[in-house]
Amino acid sequence: MAEKPKIAICWFGGCGGCDEAIVDLNEDILKVTNAFEIVLWPIAFDFKYHHIEAMADKTITLSIINGSVRNSEHEELAHLFREKSQLVLAFGACACFGGTPGMANLRSKEDIFQWVYEDAPTVVNPRHNVPQTVTKVGDNELTLPEFYNQVYPLGQVIDVDYYLPGCPPPPNLIYNAISATLSGDLPPKGSTLAPQRALCDVCVRNKTKPERLAISEIKRIHELEADPDKCFLAQGIVCTGPATRAGCGEVCININMPCRGCFGPVEGVTDMGAKYLSAFASLIEAKTEEERKEIIDRLKDPAGYFYRFTTASSILKKRRGALKKA
Amino acid sequence: MGNKITVNPITRLEGHGKIDIFLNENGDVEDAYLQVTELRGFERFCIGRPAEEMPRIVPNICGVCPTPHNMASTKALDSIYGVTPTPAAKLVRTLQYNANFIEDHYIHFFFLAAPDFVVGPEANPVERNILGVINKVGLDIGKRVIDIRRRTRDIIKLIASKPSHPEGGLPGGVPRGIKQEERKTIIETADLCVEFAQFALQLFKDVVLKNKDYLDLILSDVYNLKTYYMALVDENKKVNFYEGKLRVIDPNGKEVSFFHPNDYTEYIGEWVEPWTYVRLTYLRKIGWKGLIEGDDTSLYRVGPLARFNVSEGMATPLAQKEYEQMVSTLGKPAHHTLAYHWARLIEALQAAEDLQRISIDPLLTSTDIRNMNFQFTGKGIGCVEACRGTLIHHYETDNEGLITKVNMIVATQQNAAPIGLSVKKAAQRFIKGGEVREGLLNMAEMAFRAYDPCLGCATHTIHGKMPLVIDVHDHTGNVIKTVSRGA
Ligand code: SF4
Ligand code: SF4
Ligand code: SF4
Repeated sequence: MAEKPKIAICWFGGCGGCDEAIVDLNEDILKVTNAFEIVLWPIAFDFKYHHIEAMADKTITLSIINGSVRNSEHEELAHLFREKSQLVLAFGACACFGGTPGMANLRSKEDIFQWVYEDAPTVVNPRHNVPQTVTKVGDNELTLPEFYNQVYPLGQVIDVDYYLPGCPPPPNLIYNAISATLSGDLPPKGSTLAPQRALCDVCVRNKTKPERLAISEIKRIHELEADPDKCFLAQGIVCTGPATRAGCGEVCININMPCRGCFGPVEGVTDMGAKYLSAFASLIEAKTEEERKEIIDRLKDPAGYFYRFTTASSILKKRRGALKKA
Repeated sequence: MGNKITVNPITRLEGHGKIDIFLNENGDVEDAYLQVTELRGFERFCIGRPAEEMPRIVPNICGVCPTPHNMASTKALDSIYGVTPTPAAKLVRTLQYNANFIEDHYIHFFFLAAPDFVVGPEANPVERNILGVINKVGLDIGKRVIDIRRRTRDIIKLIASKPSHPEGGLPGGVPRGIKQEERKTIIETADLCVEFAQFALQLFKDVVLKNKDYLDLILSDVYNLKTYYMALVDENKKVNFYEGKLRVIDPNGKEVSFFHPNDYTEYIGEWVEPWTYVRLTYLRKIGWKGLIEGDDTSLYRVGPLARFNVSEGMATPLAQKEYEQMVSTLGKPAHHTLAYHWARLIEALQAAEDLQRISIDPLLTSTDIRNMNFQFTGKGIGCVEACRGTLIHHYETDNEGLITKVNMIVATQQNAAPIGLSVKKAAQRFIKGGEVREGLLNMAEMAFRAYDPCLGCATHTIHGKMPLVIDVHDHTGNVIKTVSRGA
């Protein structure tokens, strides 16, 4: 019997939701375990990193990696999986763009540590302890990975072959991505394995979107009872549908919440926030500059709206040092 | 001589953790540490965000229990906006919440814990997983577990979009209510859940309690840890997942504190150690005593066993009967770490009974799902019982409702020190004179698996195995022995 192709599923700086999403394949998960030999899935199998280290280069057909690169351990693992794999799939918003935790790039490491280990109201830290990469405990040493100054999407650390966005990706796209690997029916390297259209193109509320949108008042979602059938933007509520890739099944729209962009930018766009912000600004309907400013002032926290999942892959802040090795 | 045993990776809450065990000169266990190797900084990067966005941001803290974060956050919003959710909104929220308790508890029990009991702690590791469980109990039951998971996660999806990242929750209510045509499936699911909960408890009794070896294991000293306990209870001091007051009992069962979650900073302290990224919680009024158990400790535990110990019973009739049986078997407070599993199954029954009650409530399909009569306060503390224990989100905002301050106390953080102690006890029994007994791996695993530490989706997996390898290093760092399971 021919050997089964090998698959590895690994998480770096993620939340576990991407792994849960794979479990959400329900019975289909058995098809995956039948077609592939799973060589690593920390949440489910006993295989260790040293098993991967012992493999010859490129023996893993597909490595599915979720989570971002936040510390030295993630970085080492990223290189390890790149060496051992034919294909690397960046899985989920964190691996693709840094995800929600990527918003930490708007803060310094010192600022985060200061709050978490000194200033938070429940912290009692008379010795001013801060986690260290090496701690002496008697004659022994305890080590921790180094916490980096920023969050990196996977593609900023190693070469990535394919991207599957979403927070987390939905089961149908997960299944398609894995099947495509098996059949070899894959798009060009670097592709995103999700529709090329924008969310608005598939949104049921699109038909209520006026030909030319004109926003004269920006509203926050808690301030009104949103009409469950009408386009959010037409109600003055920020919805990133126009700039977000389709494929999620419009699940937020279905519960009457506007999109926040977990599927990342539409095809061909790298800086999602900048792109959307310029489009959004052109929708503002004001007679005078003053009025325009007044309207825009109601838009609190544009970074949090437009870069919710993509701060780490944006040009917002100059990179504090690239990690990618040649 | 400084022998060091490293268990890495164990998977964990917001990512990763490891266990380090130190041997003394004689090769006996001197100490053990559960290290949390990651930090993501949510408390800081949420500063400046509009408060109403928080229930959509914080589920990314943990994809294993995102609903409790979503809910604690939504409740914090209620108080920032000084508003009480409408009765229908509260029903919808508790519907989502109970569904979460059921799917989460079962994934833990069947996929992770059951292999130890149903297949056996000494069984061939290759079989000690969900597939082994299915072999023993039949494919039919495996399918029922998958079906219950799918159905309960569908309820979460209906109300809050993605079960791994709920996006619902607004101050004073929910963005979407339940439609009349959706009720039938919800009733069906609730009925199935009650039936299944009773079946699961019966299975536990037949396989575990009736087996003397297992019962002895539960009662044994290795899996006994004397600590304080903390949990939410309702006005009758019954178990409540969604709201109530926090009650703390001492290691002998006496109530020592009973307070509104808003006062949590007076009662909970967080200690910082240089060897872990997680802040270690303790009872502030006693003061930090270090990593010790017994009458002098200031450590407390949270989660199903804590809720059992802290409460005076369950809130629903069938679950109450089960609770009484557990009390008569173990007494109260029960310090038996493995009894977390039993308490967990009783809770799944309470959640199912409550789901049933909600599913037929005429109010459930009311369209009055938002109370927008805001009395803005700028400060909110939201507290719920997550599956793994008490969860507190504390936010403050400026007068435009933009976040200025965030503090969070999460369940596994509160159990982190006790988990380390539980592992140390198991290690002490299985490592003597530098000899690492084969049994260590699974026994140590069982010690921390009982907590359902959100130290991992590890607890929520198809094969339910915590990946463990223990390497024994000599003082030069060379691996002199590797013990691993399932390889
Ligand atoms: S993409 Fe979302 S679900 Fe996946 S690891 Fe990141 S935060 Fe979790
Ligand atoms: S802006 Fe949002 S609500 Fe409007 S059509 Fe696009 S996705 Fe739908
Ligand atoms: S609607 Fe937007 S935020 Fe919600 S799941 Fe889809 S892409 Fe993600």
